[in-house]
Amino acid sequence: MNAPHHLELRDICIRLDDQPLVELEAEIGPGEVLTVMGPSGSGKSTLLAYLAGFLAPEFRASGQVLLDGRDISALPAERRGVGLLFQDPLLFPHLSVAGNLRFGMPRATADKGARVEQALANIGLVGFGNRDPATLSGGQKARVALMRLLLSAPCAVLLDEPFSKLDTHLRHEMRRLVFDRLHEAGLPSLLVTHDREDAEDAGGRVIELSH
Amino acid sequence: MMLRLAPVLIVILLVAPILAGLAMALLPAFGYLPALGGERLSLDPWRALFAEPGLWRSAAISLTSGLLATAISLAVVLLYLAATTGSRLDRWIRRLVSPLLSIPHAAAAFGLAFLIAPSGLVARLASPGLTGWERPPDLLIVQDPWGLSLIAGLVIKEIPFLLLMSLAALPQLDPERRVAMARSLGYRPTLAWWKVVAPSLYPLIRLPVFAVIAYASSVVDVAMILGPTLPPTLAVSILTWFSDPDLDKRFLASAGAILQFGVTATALAIWWGLERLAGRLMGIWVARGGRRLGETSLHLAGKLWILLATVTAFVGIAGLAIHSVAGFWRFPDALPGSFTAANWARVLPSLAGPVASTALIALASTLLAAGLALAALENEQRSGRHPSRALWLLYLPLIVPQIAFLFGLVVVMEQLGTPPTHALITFGHLLFVLPYVFLSLSEAYRRFDPRWSQLALTLGASRNTLFWRIRLPMLLAPVLTALAVGLAVSIGQYLPTQLLGAGRVTTVTTEAVSLAAGGNRRVIGVWALVQAGLPLVGFIIAIGLPKLLWSNRRGLQGAP
Repeated sequence: MNAPHHLELRDICIRLDDQPLVELEAEIGPGEVLTVMGPSGSGKSTLLAYLAGFLAPEFRASGQVLLDGRDISALPAERRGVGLLFQDPLLFPHLSVAGNLRFGMPRATADKGARVEQALANIGLVGFGNRDPATLSGGQKARVALMRLLLSAPCAVLLDEPFSKLDTHLRHEMRRLVFDRLHEAGLPSLLVTHDREDAEDAGGRVIELSH
Repeated sequence: MMLRLAPVLIVILLVAPILAGLAMALLPAFGYLPALGGERLSLDPWRALFAEPGLWRSAAISLTSGLLATAISLAVVLLYLAATTGSRLDRWIRRLVSPLLSIPHAAAAFGLAFLIAPSGLVARLASPGLTGWERPPDLLIVQDPWGLSLIAGLVIKEIPFLLLMSLAALPQLDPERRVAMARSLGYRPTLAWWKVVAPSLYPLIRLPVFAVIAYASSVVDVAMILGPTLPPTLAVSILTWFSDPDLDKRFLASAGAILQFGVTATALAIWWGLERLAGRLMGIWVARGGRRLGETSLHLAGKLWILLATVTAFVGIAGLAIHSVAGFWRFPDALPGSFTAANWARVLPSLAGPVASTALIALASTLLAAGLALAALENEQRSGRHPSRALWLLYLPLIVPQIAFLFGLVVVMEQLGTPPTHALITFGHLLFVLPYVFLSLSEAYRRFDPRWSQLALTLGASRNTLFWRIRLPMLLAPVLTALAVGLAVSIGQYLPTQLLGAGRVTTVTTEAVSLAAGGNRRVIGVWALVQAGLPLVGFIIAIGLPKLLWSNRRGLQGAP
């Protein structure tokens, strides 16, 4: 899980009706966060959808997405090893908190139970494993969603304005937690946001998309 | 891959039998059916058809009852929606209407018949005080020659259908904001709804409205219970000819089936013309900009008519229940003098077989339909395509009159030597169950937040894991509801069971309808009540099971 990973975006160009919408060229090293900023309509979400493997068929994309040197741009989403963190925590409502954490763990993981316990302890939620996720507070849900992402052992992470719906006092704390954990895990991350503070806390390079 | 075949399979399953059935009604209608000695084309069947006494009256009744029942149901639904303010009364009405959808047409028709008959509950309550009747009057109320009771019976069942279809379509129009905008321009609320929401809503419920026209203009079971008898409606006449022991009458029946197809097509064409006219008039009315005039009467009509229809349906069902346990019951008495379980005891031994057949056919056709629909929807999700063009094909079995093609289908099956088994009937039911199950499931699929799927995939889940462990459990409630809808549709089918079963397979519906002619109300009460109760079991499970399974998951409690 802690092996350093490397994400390279080479000559990415996403077109809609032959009009270029997003053009990007970047390298993200282990533990680095690249922030992509831009107003709504600038193609931020399209870029994320492309990298994660959900680009809608009306878009055309060219370029290469190299994860640890391997081009993943033709792979289906579930085989890319790219994790996603959304605006909402999106904890599966039919699973328990532990069930949510287990869901993403690779099948061969040894000691799943112990790792779930460890993860809960890491975010201060010891004993919450059997809880219904709907009974958690907003901050608790966000932390569980982060741990679920990390336990799924991704090789790179995409962040889709993950802090925009949190209360102001939680936002700062959550940013700290997320960036620290991603850094520790050595994961290259791409953050999409329109909040300048997010970019500052992320501490990495910032690319502005204009449109 | 199997999934990719699902949409193709659905189209073949829906279209092929209809085309084959229509073809095999068309050929005998022109005298060609070698199995019965008709070896060359002729117009004899048509001559025989036009020589039938009362034919044009039959056709006219079918046409007008179909159009009027649709127009009245649609008007009542739109009036209600326009006047709805979210008050307690409105919510109460809505809650009353939904279970009505599950009650089979035949049971609702019997309920209405028992209510309005000369010796029915209404006459009893009004007698002798208001009417002075000491004996049931000699009036032809049920089965009146004008088909008014038939229209009434259809209306009370089509209102819930059109209401639910409208309620499903409304959210995408954001009616609250439209009305608020119009109100800020000075329009009173009900008028505002009519002027800014209704014109956008109608195109969204057009196909269901067409289905109602086709159904109402060709219905058999309701017409046998409530419709006129001398002559009966066209569809009932056709069934009589088809079932005649004299096989030569089949040529006549085939010509009748084609005529029925024409009658329904004419009804649809007339409706299409009315649509244009109504659209024109609406345009003028909206453009005139009246803001107040008629508000109160429209508002009151919006409560009154739907309440009348709904309460009638429920009192009718209650009437069935009373009749089923009635002992001695003198005429003007509102309630029986004694209650008895004897009627039930008498029917119970003969109930088991038909109930088992009904349940078997309903479960088999619904599960098949759900499997096909889920496969097609999964395929749509996985391929990322949205095949909206094929949607109207789903309505094909609902818009082509049942009697026009089922009947040719029977001929096809006879030619193929397929015996009238439960499997064949299940296949026949599938034609009508599949559209409803598919429509109700696709609604749930469309509303499912795509981010859940994206999330599961980025967590490394395969497409199959995603379906079995995320989508299906999260959609448990709507999937079960779709199953309950499918069961209800199958349980209520009369014609496919009767025709494809060649009268040899009995379900509660065929049994109840066949009792209509006998007129033993106590026995009918028992059968109709059983018929009305069976679909309810499905809905109770559909509502109860998710609550039970997800009792510990608050996030799934309020979900649709």
